Amino acid sequence: MLIYSLKRLLLAILVAITVSFISFSLLFLAGDPAIAMAGEGATDQDIENIRQLYGFDKPVLVQYFDWLLRAIGGNLGESFYFKTPVVHLIAEHMPVTMTLGAMGITFALSLAVPLGVLAAIRPNSIIDRIALLISVSGQALPSFWFALVLVVIFTVTLGWLPASGSDTWLHFLMPTVVLSYYAAPAFMRLTRAGMLDVLGSDYIRTARAKGLTTKSVFLKHALRNAIIPVVSLAAVQFGFMLGGSVIVESIFALNGAGSLAWESIGRNDFPTVQGLILVFALIYIVLTFLADVLNAWLDPKIRIG
Amino acid sequence: MTNIVEVENLRVKIPVSAGMLNPVRGLTFEIKKGETLCVVGESGSGKSLSAFSLMKLLPKIADISADKMQFMGRDILKMSPSELQNMRGNRMAMIFQEPMTALNPSYTIGNQLVEVLRRHQNVSVKEATERAIYLLEKVGITAAASRLSQYPHQLSGGLRQRVVIAMALMCGPDLIIADEPTTALDVTIQAQILHLLKELQEEFEMAILLITHDLGVVARMADRVAVMYAGEFVETGTAEQVFKQPVHPYTQGLLSCIPVPGKTARGSRLGSIPGIVPSLIGDMRGCAFRSRCPHANGACHNNVPLEKWSDDHFKRCVLDDTALTSIAKEAIA
Amino acid sequence: MTDVTHSIEEEDFGPSPREILKKSILAHRSLLLGFGAIVIIVLAALLAPVLAPHDPYLQDLSIRFTPPVWQDGGSWEHILGTDHLGRDYLSRLLYGARISLTIGIGAVLISGTIGTTLGVCAGYFGGRVDMVVNYLITVRLSMPVVLVALAIVAIFGGSLNIVIMVLGFLLWDRFAVVMRSSTMQVRNMDYVQSAQAVGCSTLRIVLTEIMPNIMNNLIVVATLEMAHAILLEAGLSFLGLGVQPPLPSWGLMVAEGKEMLFFEPWLIMIPGAALFILILSINLMGDGVRDVTAPAGKN
Repeated sequence: MLIYSLKRLLLAILVAITVSFISFSLLFLAGDPAIAMAGEGATDQDIENIRQLYGFDKPVLVQYFDWLLRAIGGNLGESFYFKTPVVHLIAEHMPVTMTLGAMGITFALSLAVPLGVLAAIRPNSIIDRIALLISVSGQALPSFWFALVLVVIFTVTLGWLPASGSDTWLHFLMPTVVLSYYAAPAFMRLTRAGMLDVLGSDYIRTARAKGLTTKSVFLKHALRNAIIPVVSLAAVQFGFMLGGSVIVESIFALNGAGSLAWESIGRNDFPTVQGLILVFALIYIVLTFLADVLNAWLDPKIRIG
Repeated sequence: MTNIVEVENLRVKIPVSAGMLNPVRGLTFEIKKGETLCVVGESGSGKSLSAFSLMKLLPKIADISADKMQFMGRDILKMSPSELQNMRGNRMAMIFQEPMTALNPSYTIGNQLVEVLRRHQNVSVKEATERAIYLLEKVGITAAASRLSQYPHQLSGGLRQRVVIAMALMCGPDLIIADEPTTALDVTIQAQILHLLKELQEEFEMAILLITHDLGVVARMADRVAVMYAGEFVETGTAEQVFKQPVHPYTQGLLSCIPVPGKTARGSRLGSIPGIVPSLIGDMRGCAFRSRCPHANGACHNNVPLEKWSDDHFKRCVLDDTALTSIAKEAIA
Repeated sequence: MTDVTHSIEEEDFGPSPREILKKSILAHRSLLLGFGAIVIIVLAALLAPVLAPHDPYLQDLSIRFTPPVWQDGGSWEHILGTDHLGRDYLSRLLYGARISLTIGIGAVLISGTIGTTLGVCAGYFGGRVDMVVNYLITVRLSMPVVLVALAIVAIFGGSLNIVIMVLGFLLWDRFAVVMRSSTMQVRNMDYVQSAQAVGCSTLRIVLTEIMPNIMNNLIVVATLEMAHAILLEAGLSFLGLGVQPPLPSWGLMVAEGKEMLFFEPWLIMIPGAALFILILSINLMGDGVRDVTAPAGKN
């Protein structure tokens, strides 16, 4: 268990370093950062000063290591646009996005897991067909369009829900649904497939031959084993949701990290974009690492070697 | 002795894409208290399905019917789901073919053992644990108490099968259904497990319905034998009758496939039965074995009843007694 | 051995695998439905110049926001109405199908090549190669796709080719994951090991023994990833950082209609529904192919 966790940690660190390098190089793909920082109407001398001030004249690798060391120290540079530290900007915008992600994942799981279980218990029943319908159509809905359709229905036609802002929980309702519907089908399919797989296994037959009640067979013996892969998927999907928050936040005018990213891209504010990509990636890496360790712990074969 | 199981004309039908599959076609048998009935046959002959239908553990699409299917005087087919659950694992328990997969990988041995007794009897965890330790020792597991906290993957196949047997014994059942209990095990372990089952049977006065394709196992265990072919019994009788005087050509074929130490000459050819088991889809008429039978004739196209050959010895074959006797002598010689 | 009828055995030779496949395809309603819808969409895209009643780029501000024919004020002249610049919506929709399909096919060609190569190598060679590929997959998965795609498009500009390249280089992960595990399963099969034993070259084994046996999985992933790429393109275009105006990308059409959301909701409904139907059909087809080609017994 310990060796497994350490190996997994090593991979996570390696991936984090690679990702940091990729997001660092974005700044250079974007053209000469000194020109971008100096802004319009700057003289060549201004640009040269900035170049030296920020060390843009050094070799790229040296700059990367400088940047990496600063990033580890919590300094992601300064926003071209706001002229404030990127870390502060992200810290300011992250809570909204995290709240949205947490609500989205909770909503998706609480809808998809029970449906997946029911669908597996009665394959080809009405419930199974409804679950399949939801999952197939859910995966085909473009999220930006689904968001707008919800706005047309609940804001324009019915007038029940606010279309923008983040003041009350009502503001989070539509964004949560939009964010979670894309993850829900994946959870549902995985739960259903896992349950079907487990229900066909020998140990479920044993459990039934022991005379256990249907409830105990399904919940104690089947679900416990079927749910393990869902844990991993939840971590992965949470990461995807943070990425997907770009679209959702821009539509519902939520002032989170997603809309910050979108606006920063529009403003060519690359230090901010770079920082956001790095933070999103790090969250994903940490979550999947934790999920894998949790998974290993849930599986006695790995936990007790 | 009283019959604890009485079955008449048991049939299983399973709809498949090509039509209606009839894997079990009219079985009649009974099991007396404390005796061992061995059902022997090739894979696909329907023997496991018959055993599972006795516990009503088949998938829902399988249609089980019988003129009579009683366990301890109660009609299994008329039991409600909860009555069935109360019976399973309690009065009628099961041992499976694959010890490697029969236990839930996520729970400890102790958890899975205690669960059975607590389900069927109103006992404390402590009492159930004591019973589990007692039975693990009974089935020959040393350091039983410390095994309780182990997970299935930490045990070898032989140990797991012992755990599965202990699990079946938790409630002291009247009948144990053992479906190929030794097939997946090493030969040396096989012998130990069979010996163990025999001992436990005497100690706990259980009846055993043993499903196997292995005539060696039958010879060690059986009081009575039923030879199954293509969903039917083709010959039933005491172990002695069936082994000493096999009358049905199929039984003879099966017996000629195994070498007998001291009897089978070095270098001589072992028997084999040509052909394959017929498809059991749709209605069929006549003897199912006729396409592989060296003695088949025109009469085999008609349905053949299971007829008395001698005391307790029945056969399903159209050949008359003289013909069968001569074939039987030939086979034994 | 006289007079033994073989009527029993004759039943044993069931229908051939090909017949079974044909039968199960015909019995799979959603597969047929998805396939039929895709054929129609592809035809509509190919024949757009013939089918489109108007030039999709022709602006006429005097008829802007003409509603579709089923609403008050609609006319058969512009069956699906006109947009904010007075361009015929049906014509734009038809040409938009070309963009979606081009993006889907182009992106999948790139991502499929990358992902399959990586996945097959990892699955076939195992060991260090597998570790490296696994690492690459993990790196790729930890990059937030939408954000990275947006940033790159912002840097290089939003042309059709750039969007195809960006999506192609970002969406290879599922190919790699699935091809890796399928190759692992196949490579331990006896027929692969016997090919190795008789000394076939690695390339030959991969091409003649492995690829044919993982083809069905490849097709399934390719359809699902095509849907994924089309959805992402629409999302990028919607955010203004994908295909640029005046191209009639469906995502862009939704974005342009968004301004009039409160007054003319059909402007977003029509292109959105078209996207939904296209993605749904592709997914139905992918799922159907998986069902039909999966080994018997697996759902």
